[in-house]
Amino acid sequence: MAEGTPLLSLLGVSKSFGGVQAVSDISFDVRAGESVGLVGPNGAGKTTLFNCVCGQLRNDRGEIRLEGRSLEGLPTYKRARLGIGRTYQKVEVFTDMSVREHLLVAERARRGEGRLWKDLLNMSAPLRAELDNAEAIMDLVGIGALADTSVNALGLGHCRLVELARALAGQPKILLADEPSSGLDIHETAEVAKVLRTVQRESGTALLLVEHDLSMVGEVVDRTVVMDLGSMLATGTFNEVMDNPAVRHAYLGQVGGS
Amino acid sequence: MEQFLGFALPGIPFGCTYAIVAVGLVLTYQATGVFNFAFGAQAFAAAFVFTLLTQNEHWSGFPAFLVSVVVMSPLIGLAFDHFLFRHIPNSNAMAKVVCSLCLFVGIPSLMPVIFGAQNLDATATIFPFFNPNVVYFNWFETPINGIYLSTITVTVVVLVALTALLRYTSLGLQMRGAVESRRLVQLDGVNSRGVVAIAWATSSFMAGLAGVLLAPNYGPFQPNDFATLMVGAIAAAAWGLLRSVPIATGVAVLIGVVSTTLKGYLPTSSFLSSAVLPALPFFVLVAALLILPGMRTLDLSRDPLSTIDPPPPPTAAASRAPQMDRIIRSAWWVLLAFFCVSMLTWIPTTWEAAFNAGLALSTVLLSITLITGMAGQLSLCQGTLAGVGAFTSAQLAIHLGLNMLVGGIVGAALAAVVAVVLALLSLRLRGLGLALMTLAAALLFDSTFFNAVSISGGTEGLNLKAQWLGTSAFFNFDGHALFILCMVVLVLAVAVVLLVRKGTVGRNLAAMRGSEMAAAGLGINLTKQRVVVFALAGAIAGFGGVLVTIQQQQANMNDWNYNYSLIFIVLVVTTGVATVEGAIQAGIGFYVVTQLLTYLPGRFGGTSLVIVLFAFGALQYARHPEGVLEFQKRRSTLWLEHHLFDRDTGAVGAPLSTSGADG
Repeated sequence: MAEGTPLLSLLGVSKSFGGVQAVSDISFDVRAGESVGLVGPNGAGKTTLFNCVCGQLRNDRGEIRLEGRSLEGLPTYKRARLGIGRTYQKVEVFTDMSVREHLLVAERARRGEGRLWKDLLNMSAPLRAELDNAEAIMDLVGIGALADTSVNALGLGHCRLVELARALAGQPKILLADEPSSGLDIHETAEVAKVLRTVQRESGTALLLVEHDLSMVGEVVDRTVVMDLGSMLATGTFNEVMDNPAVRHAYLGQVGGS
Repeated sequence: MEQFLGFALPGIPFGCTYAIVAVGLVLTYQATGVFNFAFGAQAFAAAFVFTLLTQNEHWSGFPAFLVSVVVMSPLIGLAFDHFLFRHIPNSNAMAKVVCSLCLFVGIPSLMPVIFGAQNLDATATIFPFFNPNVVYFNWFETPINGIYLSTITVTVVVLVALTALLRYTSLGLQMRGAVESRRLVQLDGVNSRGVVAIAWATSSFMAGLAGVLLAPNYGPFQPNDFATLMVGAIAAAAWGLLRSVPIATGVAVLIGVVSTTLKGYLPTSSFLSSAVLPALPFFVLVAALLILPGMRTLDLSRDPLSTIDPPPPPTAAASRAPQMDRIIRSAWWVLLAFFCVSMLTWIPTTWEAAFNAGLALSTVLLSITLITGMAGQLSLCQGTLAGVGAFTSAQLAIHLGLNMLVGGIVGAALAAVVAVVLALLSLRLRGLGLALMTLAAALLFDSTFFNAVSISGGTEGLNLKAQWLGTSAFFNFDGHALFILCMVVLVLAVAVVLLVRKGTVGRNLAAMRGSEMAAAGLGINLTKQRVVVFALAGAIAGFGGVLVTIQQQQANMNDWNYNYSLIFIVLVVTTGVATVEGAIQAGIGFYVVTQLLTYLPGRFGGTSLVIVLFAFGALQYARHPEGVLEFQKRRSTLWLEHHLFDRDTGAVGAPLSTSGADG
């Protein structure tokens, strides 16, 4: 990547569903190691934008680039292998798998492994390095004690951490976290925020965070982008955008004052 | 023009027969969320009872109609709802499909068990409406008899009544709400159970009505006639996205008109007439599945309360304590050794043949463990793929003198190729859509390739000759050598499945089963994984088909028709689709139970009762998706652990954990 090239660039991205313009002409960059918050009221188009970045939806117009390379036409799995990790608003874990297995799947998926002949020759057992890496990530996220527990037996808070650990096992260059505190109580939210800060500090992974809990956003991100009704309303530091009257009107239903 | 009308007009009543069933499917789906594969079987049951009463008991048409259609059919629908579908969460699409398939397979087999074998001919029946044997008038030189008039009149009445019910009544509105989420409309004060029960009773009444109306078209009673009718109806309902009564009716009539018109113009002995024309409804169905985006999202649950459903319970093997695991594994090895020694020494010939047949069938069933149990993909054509392997190896033996086992490898490869083509065609289909696509493929093979005398030998089949195994002097078909062959192949197939399960592909498949979106988001190529698992399952089914052919000494089209593909699903689901031992228990269990029933008198001695037993066992899938046998094993294991090791196992039989999604 050339010096100064943003890690992720969104250039005029638009997406509509029938007559509904879900995302309209969104442009912003995320630099390597940077933490960016993406906030806005329900229906602002944040998750749709995430889906466009991941390739789960095709944007109608505009371009998405990772390290200067256009992602146009690339399917989801190829984007993931290029370094886009993701967690989901509605938790998406693999039922019947243990926590460790989640991470092992992610490790190999990142490298595009899965040769049938290797399985048939019994050459697919997890390697020591893979197990060590999984242990390290579980410890980083704070779920090391749950390594052999089936996710069926975990509560929502732990499942969110499993999702986060699974995404990190893919060694992403940028992590898209979609409402990681959704459904969590205040203590669990604080725990997730702490983990996100630690991850960003220790692994240098860039973070694009969609979150309704503004105190968590203010705690975690370097910069904030505000969306409303599919359009970009404001960008700047968290305090700057929160002081923006248009943002307060759209997001908080207030004009002026605090 | 007159010639065209002469060909096309008879297609209208023909299409109306599809339309009645299609509208019934739409109603059931609209009101209950269940795609009722058993609709044809319900129609068959009503027609069977109606004809039985009018012909054998000499009732007049109207009281027989009252009993079979007005009373019996709605009661069957209410029973379906009360004992079965009410207990399946809206979000569990697989359970709904599997349970309706069980009914589809079980009901036609149940009739001869209850009433004994009957030679019924519906053409001679006393009809409740117009007389089927009277030509009322001619229209463009087409004689319009009572069947035509009844069919068209009933179709129009049903179409108008159902459209009015669904669009303009509060009951219709409640039905549409209940199909999204029964629990949610209950919170609004709607008696959703009552609403859904009414929907089941109404759609079952329609099934009965369709059965009685359509039976005279077919003459002698064959459940298969009603199944073939289902394909045209499914195709029409699919074009209406299982929601639009007018579109479903229009497409059904169009299929009828196009069929009779093409039949009129095409030379009767041509390939197009004999092979392509019967396959027309399948092509219409496949086109709907490929073209309509709405068919890809049929199973997406819109129930906002779906996350309160607990996850499926773990398998017995996954939930037992390590000490118990060691004991059970040791016991299995002892049992296997005892079985092998017994088979080679003292077991009587009849039982030896039953076990050999079971081992051969188990290999075919392992393909279902792989594709459905491990990958979560519901394929309804594994029997067809087995047939591809069987006929390929038999043809290679006939024409090239190739050893059956060597030809079997070619057959397995060809079955894998067919499976890959199917996988590629159905890349975007899941759950019900995939089930319909694979069912269409099975029926297509039945009416084309398997129906061709040059491929399958016709109804007489292809008889196996000992020299095709290259060991005529040594090989004894019913003896120990066959047992050794079956065991070797089965052990290899089991090894393949187990190695794949614990390998990277197996973990990727498990991830896909858990969440396709998250799996793709990690970098798993879903297309590749699907193609791999389809190919592997196809190859195993194909070689299993060869093994069954060797065991039966014959390759016959009747052994590989679509019905067997469905029966195979029912067998494996009963014993446990997620485990390798589930497939083996299903294969051996099927033949052992069949053999045991031969000791019973008369009508209880055939395979009908076995199919009924397994079908009704498989209905437990609604409550025990791990398989009723697997459930019992887990329960026994927990009980033993509790008493042997004093392990606190919680409530016996209850799921061991709660959903991660609802905290």
